[in-house]
Amino acid sequence: MVDNVNTSSNDIILDVRNLKTYFGTGEKAVRAVDDVSFQMQRGKTLCIVGESGSGKTVAARSILQIVDPPGRIMGGQMLYNATGEPGCSTIDLATLHPRGKEIRGIRGHDIAMIFQEPMTSLSPIHTIGNQICESILLHQNVDKAEARARAIELLRRVEIPNPGVAIDKYTFEYSGGMRQRAMIAMALACNPKILIADEPTTALDVTTQAEILALIKELQLSYGMAVLFITHDMGVVAEIADEIGVMLNGKMLEFGPSEQIFYSSQNEYTGRLIDSVRKLETSARRARKSTVSDRKLLEVRGVSKIYPGRKTFLGGSKAAAPFKALDNVSIDLYEGENLGIVGESGSGKTTLGNCLIRVLSLTDGEVLYRMGDGQIVDLAKSSKKELRGVHREVRMVFQDPFASLNPRMTIGQIVGEPLLVNGIAKGNELRNRVADLLAIVGMPPAAMERYPHAFSGGQRQRIGIARALALNPRLIIADEATSALDVTLRSQILDLLLDLQDKLNLSFILISHDIGVIRYFCDRVAVMYKGQIVETGLADKICGAPEHPYTKALISAVPGTHPRDKRIVNRHRYTIDGKAA
Amino acid sequence: MSESNTPTAPAVQVNMANLRGGIEYASQWTLMWLRFKKHKVALVSMYIVLALYLMAVFAEFLAPFDPEVALRNEGDYKAKAYHPPQGIHLFDTTGGGISFSPYVEVLKEKVDPESLKKIYVADAEKKIPVSFFVHGFEYKFLGLFKTDIHFFGPKKHGEVFYLFGSDRNGRDMFSRVIYGGRFTLSLGLIGVLLSVVFGIFLGGISGYYGGRIDWVVQRLVEFIISLPTIPIWLAMAAALPKEWPPQYQYMAVTVIISLIGWTQLARVVRGRLLSMRGDVFVVAAQLDGCSEGRVIFRHMLPSLASHIIAAVTLSIPLMVVAETSLSFLGLGLQPPAISWGVLLKEAQNIRSIAVAPWLFIPGGAVVIAVLALNFMGDGLRDAADPYSH
Repeated sequence: MVDNVNTSSNDIILDVRNLKTYFGTGEKAVRAVDDVSFQMQRGKTLCIVGESGSGKTVAARSILQIVDPPGRIMGGQMLYNATGEPGCSTIDLATLHPRGKEIRGIRGHDIAMIFQEPMTSLSPIHTIGNQICESILLHQNVDKAEARARAIELLRRVEIPNPGVAIDKYTFEYSGGMRQRAMIAMALACNPKILIADEPTTALDVTTQAEILALIKELQLSYGMAVLFITHDMGVVAEIADEIGVMLNGKMLEFGPSEQIFYSSQNEYTGRLIDSVRKLETSARRARKSTVSDRKLLEVRGVSKIYPGRKTFLGGSKAAAPFKALDNVSIDLYEGENLGIVGESGSGKTTLGNCLIRVLSLTDGEVLYRMGDGQIVDLAKSSKKELRGVHREVRMVFQDPFASLNPRMTIGQIVGEPLLVNGIAKGNELRNRVADLLAIVGMPPAAMERYPHAFSGGQRQRIGIARALALNPRLIIADEATSALDVTLRSQILDLLLDLQDKLNLSFILISHDIGVIRYFCDRVAVMYKGQIVETGLADKICGAPEHPYTKALISAVPGTHPRDKRIVNRHRYTIDGKAA
Repeated sequence: MSESNTPTAPAVQVNMANLRGGIEYASQWTLMWLRFKKHKVALVSMYIVLALYLMAVFAEFLAPFDPEVALRNEGDYKAKAYHPPQGIHLFDTTGGGISFSPYVEVLKEKVDPESLKKIYVADAEKKIPVSFFVHGFEYKFLGLFKTDIHFFGPKKHGEVFYLFGSDRNGRDMFSRVIYGGRFTLSLGLIGVLLSVVFGIFLGGISGYYGGRIDWVVQRLVEFIISLPTIPIWLAMAAALPKEWPPQYQYMAVTVIISLIGWTQLARVVRGRLLSMRGDVFVVAAQLDGCSEGRVIFRHMLPSLASHIIAAVTLSIPLMVVAETSLSFLGLGLQPPAISWGVLLKEAQNIRSIAVAPWLFIPGGAVVIAVLALNFMGDGLRDAADPYSH
């Protein structure tokens, strides 16, 4: 594909010039979008990429004038040319009234949008079919039967199995991926010229994401739409973008053809963004000297966790069947080893982590942990008192750095809490210990007096790690510890953990859905699927040459970072259980 | 990454310069106040509520006349029943120039020759000068020492005026409204405190322990909520001995009202505790090795405190309305006790509406108090969780 930068103006469907969208007015106004210009070409995909808070979503919403108040478009032009034929006039979307008739005619008809959360953007009380039909009836002059026929055709187009039946189902009967497909069907209802997709795959599993990306690509070709794709994931960008705009703090840093951005970017931030993704395609563990010993630290034997079913109100047949969250899971962890547990949502990986540390009790099986003094404890059966001892050696780092720190305590109190309640230090000594711990994770001592709300996500995660380190642990279970963070922060936190491992003789169990994080950090990987471990092996092997078909599907669905190597098109599909992926 | 072993050589030094000044040291109460302040209506309401409660505390000082005494001017042979409200004139212009000397025009009682109705007409010759910090009836200031100083009143002890008119016995409604506020508002507060004790205790054990205890407490709450309130109040109030002194009646009415009020609070506390038990920071505290007591009191209750305060503020108006309706029906406090409800009882018949519409003024006081408390409670509820966005 050859990109011609000097395209004639006829090929440009939307020309955004010096767009400014501010929240509030005067000096204090937050400049969410600050003097941003870009062009969209007919039938091409433009990706706007940036970290959270960079203004990419506001920029996309500005096009349809659906910015939430107090946000307002303060200046600039958005020249929209529907067909590019000589007779077609150009409309400046920025001049239209946000609630006026003209913009409503364009929304959904010429320019359609799909959102991140398929759960919340579909109505729960109407059938999927009704919602699609409504969109058709609003913009087109057809009767109900015709609209329904079209809706069924649309569902077929987005590859929903058995569309004639699926049309009468409700939102809750659809899986996350199917909901996003239904959203896309709705967006396509009026053959839009431009499709704006705001992080449409962020809430989805990686295999589902690959399906949706492939679907959008295919529909784009057959409908000849221009697609504006908003994402934070450089991998996704590499897979689908023709052109890329990089945003940071409301400014467009760089705008150009995909290959130019990926292979010869001059911008320092873009380079960092790409590097941080590419970094996760390598293993940081191999580069360091191995700390793995041959002594087992943790032996997990046949662990099961079953949530019992509920009886119906009258005590009759079961209202909910028992649910097997973990099914006979066995795995070992050696001292100094980094074990990765990878799987999609609902695979039971978080349940496994919680069972290992006994936040949840197990239904069956044993978890043998060798304490620092050599004694072996079965965590599945240990008493509260024994557990307190174990919890001093086995610590946890949580996923959500915002929920895991008590907002009503200062950082000093939070990090010092385990030292205080275990009677290890108090008073001045406690302060010094906390200051040391904060220094280890790269936080200044001044942080002690502050409350969690003063810190960003990455900083909070460091505080969470400092708390985990307070009792000189031997094993740290990190449950999705990096998934709430922006991509440039991810490798920083992982590097921090690896540095700590070198110094403090730690072992890690890293639970994640992100293959990149696992590959970067772990020695060995266990792949979970529906409560079972389907494959265990060295990280290199699992990520490079997996054996189990599910693992193959999982690995091949991970977006690459090279626009010339579109992996998703050639992905492996796993449909052994008849799941309509 | 660096291979150095010094703990003070972190991978990346966190930049603290981007933090906003001051806010990062703010505790939850400071943040709550900052957010509450943005809610202008709630802020104004808070000042009104404060003023009302100050009025209740300093009722004797603020009321110009004894609310129990039928007032009469010197020389009058009987008290002036249903005397209409009088305004205070701030400036005296009768002497030619303008001078600041507040006074009240005296009204004379006459009989309308056509309708034979009693009417009051202005008596231009007589004025009653009004002043601040005058001597009036004797009372004990906050129960501490005897004094007869009042915030304002007639300059000469013994003269009379009626800002809110007088009732059928010729007692000053203004003073009675102030005194009534004392009973009604304090009853709301004390009733809520009782509810809070019940509510937090029962809701707390229900939410924290769950299981069978939760089941029992919740069924109890549902049972109490299912009882029709007014008949229950009627039955209980009817059981009160009429010969009890006002203080006993007062306590009994408070207990009766709060018996119903605690259920809402118990549900709020239970719900918060239940949802908080799964919160990650609570799990983290348990993994830190905190005992059960420390988890509850150090980690969970501080997050609850602000919500409880909001719930309490929102239930005071319910208590106020409950007291008013009970007393209005003649089943709460009994005269000679003065509460807004007792005062409104006077306005029950059609005659008082026709002759003396100012008897409704206590109703206005109830409306202002309830609205102010509700707005303030709304503001507090919005500010209660300053960490949500």
